[in-house]
Amino acid sequence: METLSFEFPAGQPPRGRTLVGCVGSGDLEVLIEPGQAGKLTIQVQTSVNGSEQRWQHLFARMFDGQTPPAMAIDIHDFGATPGVVRLRLEQGFEEIGHD
Amino acid sequence: MTDSAELLHKHSFVELGARQRAKALLDAGTFRELLDPFQRVMSPWLSRQGVVPQADDGVVIAKGSIGGLPVVIAAIEGAFQGGSLGEVGGAKMAGALELAAEDNRNGVPTRAVLLLETGGVRLQEANLGLAAIADIHAAIVDLRQYQPVVGVVAGSVGCFGGMSIAAGLCSYLLVTREARLGLNGPQVIEQEAGLEEYDSRDRPFIWSLTGGEQRFASGLVDRYVADDVAQIQQQVSELLAQGLPKQQRSRQAELYLQRLARLDAAPQIEPATVRDLYQGERS
Repeated sequence: METLSFEFPAGQPPRGRTLVGCVGSGDLEVLIEPGQAGKLTIQVQTSVNGSEQRWQHLFARMFDGQTPPAMAIDIHDFGATPGVVRLRLEQGFEEIGHD
Repeated sequence: MTDSAELLHKHSFVELGARQRAKALLDAGTFRELLDPFQRVMSPWLSRQGVVPQADDGVVIAKGSIGGLPVVIAAIEGAFQGGSLGEVGGAKMAGALELAAEDNRNGVPTRAVLLLETGGVRLQEANLGLAAIADIHAAIVDLRQYQPVVGVVAGSVGCFGGMSIAAGLCSYLLVTREARLGLNGPQVIEQEAGLEEYDSRDRPFIWSLTGGEQRFASGLVDRYVADDVAQIQQQVSELLAQGLPKQQRSRQAELYLQRLARLDAAPQIEPATVRDLYQGERS
């Protein structure tokens, strides 16, 4: 198991917070809360060791060319594939967008 | 012929996560979660053993109403660590039940619904989990003297170990065909009794002995319901409104011991033998 931290430039914090997913096999839990203005922070606790580069690329690709809201994201990962991670993040972003 | 219109209209309860299940059973708009995941009351033991924790430790506690009656729901997330109960999740459940009993002593008739999807104690938390499960047992016995405690085993994890005892202590139990209920899980029995006695990979055999239908036919549970949100909601609501049972199943130890004493353990036990044994004259 590893704990990783990431930071990206961001805009204003969102109003809502949300939880999607579950720490089940091949899945992950994503908690999204309003963060500090200008900063998007992500904490990842993952069961897969040596995966820091993969997470970095995945986030960089998602936020490339846009200014995401300033969120504090907590991820508890139980071996989700990058595709599943992306779907869960998009699900979470959609849910805070609705609030 | 398959009724495709009915299938499309059906909402599976088994496929829902713990939080969704609790929301589905409570009257619309009454769901209020206690110690929600953003409080981050997590297991302090899993990370130290290299296991990723979950923000709610796999137990969702919510207050609300069902059919207008005040209810506390404790729902176990079967997908997280097999629904195993550790120190935190166990304490959340025990605490919710204890507070419900306290409510009753203060004139608030809070009932409880337990959504049990669990292999029992979380082995990584050993005695702390066992102690929490003992607290849950004591709290169910306390609360059920005032108001019904309804246990629901929907599947697909089932309910095993110390939590199967908790299920047995409930005022009423409701199961689906997907459910299994037993003290020991199939693999444990196979390991102890041998493959010839109990093949844990033989699914029809396992369900024929511990599955929801068999438990209902043996008189060990009160309701056998299809995997459908509306039907389960309605049955739980009926059981809550019904008040206390005339006699708690767990108070009838003498009756069950007498029946077990009649069992001839020499031949391999068939599901029908178990039904006859438990139902007595009725089967």
